[in-house]
Amino acid sequence: MNQPLPTSITQTIKETLRHLWSFPGGIKLSGHKSLSNHQPISTAKIAKQLIIPLSQHIGHASEPIVNVGDKVLKGQILGYASGPVSAPVHASGSGTVVAIEEHLIPHPSGLSALCVFIDTDGYEQWVECSPLISDSSSTDDKQRTVTHQSITTLSHHQINQQIANAGVVGLGGALYPSAAKLNTAEKMHTDTLIINAAECEPYITCDDVLMRQRPEEVILGILLLKKVIGAKKCLIGIENNKPEAYQALLNTISGYNTSHTEAQIEIVQVPTLYPAGGEKQLIQVLTGREVPSQGLPMDIGIICHNVATAAAVYHAVYRGEPLISRIVTITGGAIKQPQNMEVPLGTPIRDILNQAGLDEDKVEKIIMGGPMMGFSLPSIDTPVTKATNCILVSEKDELATPPPAMPCIRCARCSDSCPMSLLPQQMYWYAKTRDLEKVQDYNIFDCIECGCCSYVCPSNIPLVQYFRYAKTEIWDDERERNKANIARDRHEFRKERLEKAKQAKAEAAQLRKEKLAKKKALDAEKAKEKEGLNQSNDKPAKSSSADLIQEAIARAKAKKAQQQSQKKNTDNLSEAQQKKIDDVNERRRKKTDSEEI
Amino acid sequence: MLFGILAFIALASFFGLVLGYAAIAFKVESSPVVEQIDALLPQTQCGQCSFAGCHPYAEAIAAGEAPINLCPPGGENLIQSLADLLDVEVLPMDDEEDSFQGPTVAVIIEETCIGCTLCIQACPVDAILGAAKQMHTVIESECTGCELCVAPCPVDCIEMVPVKQTVKNWRWPEPQYNANNKEAESIFTTLEHVLAENTRP
Repeated sequence: MNQPLPTSITQTIKETLRHLWSFPGGIKLSGHKSLSNHQPISTAKIAKQLIIPLSQHIGHASEPIVNVGDKVLKGQILGYASGPVSAPVHASGSGTVVAIEEHLIPHPSGLSALCVFIDTDGYEQWVECSPLISDSSSTDDKQRTVTHQSITTLSHHQINQQIANAGVVGLGGALYPSAAKLNTAEKMHTDTLIINAAECEPYITCDDVLMRQRPEEVILGILLLKKVIGAKKCLIGIENNKPEAYQALLNTISGYNTSHTEAQIEIVQVPTLYPAGGEKQLIQVLTGREVPSQGLPMDIGIICHNVATAAAVYHAVYRGEPLISRIVTITGGAIKQPQNMEVPLGTPIRDILNQAGLDEDKVEKIIMGGPMMGFSLPSIDTPVTKATNCILVSEKDELATPPPAMPCIRCARCSDSCPMSLLPQQMYWYAKTRDLEKVQDYNIFDCIECGCCSYVCPSNIPLVQYFRYAKTEIWDDERERNKANIARDRHEFRKERLEKAKQAKAEAAQLRKEKLAKKKALDAEKAKEKEGLNQSNDKPAKSSSADLIQEAIARAKAKKAQQQSQKKNTDNLSEAQQKKIDDVNERRRKKTDSEEI
Repeated sequence: MLFGILAFIALASFFGLVLGYAAIAFKVESSPVVEQIDALLPQTQCGQCSFAGCHPYAEAIAAGEAPINLCPPGGENLIQSLADLLDVEVLPMDDEEDSFQGPTVAVIIEETCIGCTLCIQACPVDAILGAAKQMHTVIESECTGCELCVAPCPVDCIEMVPVKQTVKNWRWPEPQYNANNKEAESIFTTLEHVLAENTRP
């Protein structure tokens, strides 16, 4: 299969003649890719303990559904997606959940997040997988046609559900849940799928080796993505410094393109210029169209996915396997055997560095990601996550430590190199003085943080660091403002509520008062009527309540005096009654006497 | 003569109606300055400015009865934005030694709580949940950290804890220039001055 078919030759010619556009700015960087892209993909040893963060994607962290002490199988779901933009997280090895607690995660902040700790049992026992299509690793053309036809029988909802359940996220670095992205395709009338295989950042080769060694998975994944989107066109953009990967994809593709016209995928080599792998830059190079300011590729009918994402989609649909491992480039001067390794998510970075041979005397910096956009790891005891594409361990003088920054001399090299046509020197000025409104006027949110400006700055100003700082400050301000608005609403509501309660209380008191007055009046009237009936009319009618009270007091006094002078209930007794009482007393007396005896 | 008077009356009433209608239909809603100030205040309702909440303080600022530097939760940024809004001079924070130590939230130590509801009555944003003789708890997301519930608690079971930093609310630190850069910068500024002097016509 290594010989290109005639169609692929015509394809190659077509590709060579294909008109390419270009993006503004960009810089030439030395690749350092040959360090790690010659070796086959190795497999990481099973770690004793896996540390699986519950938030390995943009959006809400997943909700843990396992408990400490639970036995889990490889591929078993640990946490469900919580919300529309979220992804589930799966166990990347079989074993026992020993803890669910906070642990350092690979993030520039050096902060902790909730992780599930699994003590592996080493059996690597899989949970039952339910693929949508049976796997066909056969490379013969007939089989391919069959496979491709079975794709067409699936509905795009079915495929997308499978992708969502597998926890596939954008492996190019953005970590946006793929299913959520694909869901919007229908609404936005997307017609073009662009596969990002540019991998423009120095040192990183994980996509390169994936395409070289598993082109079948990539192409089948792309066909699935194309089916979900319903895209008419599909372009793979690959930098021209990866001829082997290009050839491998071309060879694989030719089989599909001949067997099925619908499967047409174009593969395009783009010039090697950092950051050609930026989503917006790649779209511009391939289609000549520019993604609108603060917009998304979807706004111009394009969806962009990374090659590694396509491979993950293949695994989800053809094997029913969730995203529980990824290829990580381990490279740099302080690594004895630079290589690409397939690593189960949650494996401590220390383990894979040891496996690749860490030259501890040489280590200077340990960076996750590339030298341009990566960040220094807070600790090598952090786990590999869906975001970990590369671990770069540099030796001394391998990566230039920026000399002290000098003042801006307004040379405008930064704006010349900016691939987004921004004005970094202006943004720097306003970010430095924390003028957050002005910095937004200069479209800071279009900055892709590629770092070209910092790289070219002759004064070594950490420009991109200032922009990251300004962005998070703006977000923080927004959060504060939202919180203040909520607090204001709640405070106003409370005031209103208290006011209402006060009013209600006052009203109730008023009502009670009125009731009492009414009752009194009624009583008085009754008393008057009674008086009128019982007594002769010689007493004048007493209407005032003071008089009534006086009268009542007088009555009470009279009664009391009577009670004191006489025994209760024993006056005015008839003879018969008196006799009865005497009898009773006599009986009682006799009884007590007899008891005494 | 009569025709002239009638004509003017007709014209006057016509324009009167048009203007009257326009005044209602095309009314420009200008937010009064009190509301603009209130929008900038952090709405903690903590009363550290000695007013009974953010809105009364906004009213006092608008009336010119209070300076703009009484709000510790708002910090220097608030003073800056208030100064910009009202076109007044930036003042240093009033209470420097007792300065604001970052956002906090109230937490009720639930074993100690006796369910007296005093804190519920004190909370300006209804962020405490509970009933008489029932354990109370603070809704963390709604708490403004005003500390007004701390004083009324008879058993001292309310603690103010700093808001937890997570990956979601983490901010990149401001890039730091080191010492020699400061020097370089000052040299540069002088240089710039010289240049500016020389190029002036």
